[in-house]
Amino acid sequence: MFAVIRSLLWREMTLAIRRRAEVLTTLFFFVIVVSLFPLGVGPEIDTLREIAPGVLWVAALLASMLSLNRLFADDYMDGTLEQMLLASQPLSILVLTKILSHWLLTGLPLVLISPVLGMQLGLDMESLLIMVVTLLLGTPVLSLIGAVGAGLTLGVRGGGVLLALLILPLYVPVLIFGSGAVEAARTGMEIQAHLSLLGIFLVLALVLAPIGAAKALKIALD
Amino acid sequence: MNIFTKAFWLQLSTPKNFYPIAGKLIPWFLISATLLAVIGLYYSFFVAPVDYQQGNSYRILFIHVPTAWMSMFIYVVMCIYAILGLVLKTRLSDWMALALAPTGAAMTFLALWTGSFWGKPTWGTYWIWDARLTSELILLFLYLGFISLNSAIDDPRRASRASALLALVGIINIPIIYFSVKWWNTLHQGMSVTVDKAPTMATSMFTAMMLLTFAFWLYTIAVALMRVRNIILERESQTAWVQDLVKGKN
Repeated sequence: MFAVIRSLLWREMTLAIRRRAEVLTTLFFFVIVVSLFPLGVGPEIDTLREIAPGVLWVAALLASMLSLNRLFADDYMDGTLEQMLLASQPLSILVLTKILSHWLLTGLPLVLISPVLGMQLGLDMESLLIMVVTLLLGTPVLSLIGAVGAGLTLGVRGGGVLLALLILPLYVPVLIFGSGAVEAARTGMEIQAHLSLLGIFLVLALVLAPIGAAKALKIALD
Repeated sequence: MNIFTKAFWLQLSTPKNFYPIAGKLIPWFLISATLLAVIGLYYSFFVAPVDYQQGNSYRILFIHVPTAWMSMFIYVVMCIYAILGLVLKTRLSDWMALALAPTGAAMTFLALWTGSFWGKPTWGTYWIWDARLTSELILLFLYLGFISLNSAIDDPRRASRASALLALVGIINIPIIYFSVKWWNTLHQGMSVTVDKAPTMATSMFTAMMLLTFAFWLYTIAVALMRVRNIILERESQTAWVQDLVKGKN
């Protein structure tokens, strides 16, 4: 089982390194979206500091969603997905591995670059730290929930827009508590509850989302 | 015909048998819905007293509360049909779920709309991002997502199974809506009607609300049956009995 997980993870990483542009596109998208806000709302640092948590989180949400289309699409096209379906290991474990690699390639870079962007928007050190923690807890949830949507819209006409319509409403709780925690840290309020809830989302999504995504893939390949 | 046997229900669940029975039931549901709505509206306009704080503007709640209840209730019923469709692979359950979704979306929209009309004179704003309103808005998006996913996939079997799964993922929102006024400090007021306590409002208000709730309920059943009859005709258009029906041989 672990051998399969390791080799699948290795394969995903190799593919990503061979096609660096895709990983970088998501990252640049994140940076550009965040950079647009100071241009749009004006460079007053107080305003920027106030909207920073929301801006960073919404940008992270969109960036993570942007790459979801590709999560299963290539494997679907070249038949790899069917082989996974036939494999003796449970599909949900394989799906979880794919989600993990998706997060490592899109979620984690976002988390790593977010302090730089947060600093540009005038967040102080403590808020930056909290933001990194919330993004670390939250972005895996985005990949997990997104995988269910990616499975449901696999090979569907206009899949990209539809995926956004299906998934964004489900992202809302993560957005609320993620940006809420940063906002609370910025104004010096209690953040424990926000972080606990994000942790709950992560645990629940970790358990349920792979099963849901596997079911969605089975429906898609039926 | 014994309605307690399994054979009866199995027979009923075939589209061919369900189609005429649904057709016979629809007028009854429509008539009783209209009757209840007329009585309920009479109660809500003429019998229920003027609220001592909100004046007459509160009367829109006689539409708001039933539609809000129905918006959640229809989603749950839709999910039950979706589960039946996924587990038992009965096509009719899939179609019932599909037939309920537009009405559910309409109820959600009405709940949001009447709520904002009530909010303007009472709270001084049409919209506020509090937990109850936001989660109800998400419910609207879930209905719309269900409908769009269903229409985006060409293969009807796959379409209904995929959207059933989506509906099941979205059901997590229902308890969030229901308990949002308890879990968060919201501007939206708490529950006046609960299962275990007497309602905290005048009896005539409660009566009007209940009458209109049942009116909306029966209306939903009637409209869903109408819609499911259309779906049956569309999906079964290749079968002999539908062709006979269309040619007027029955």
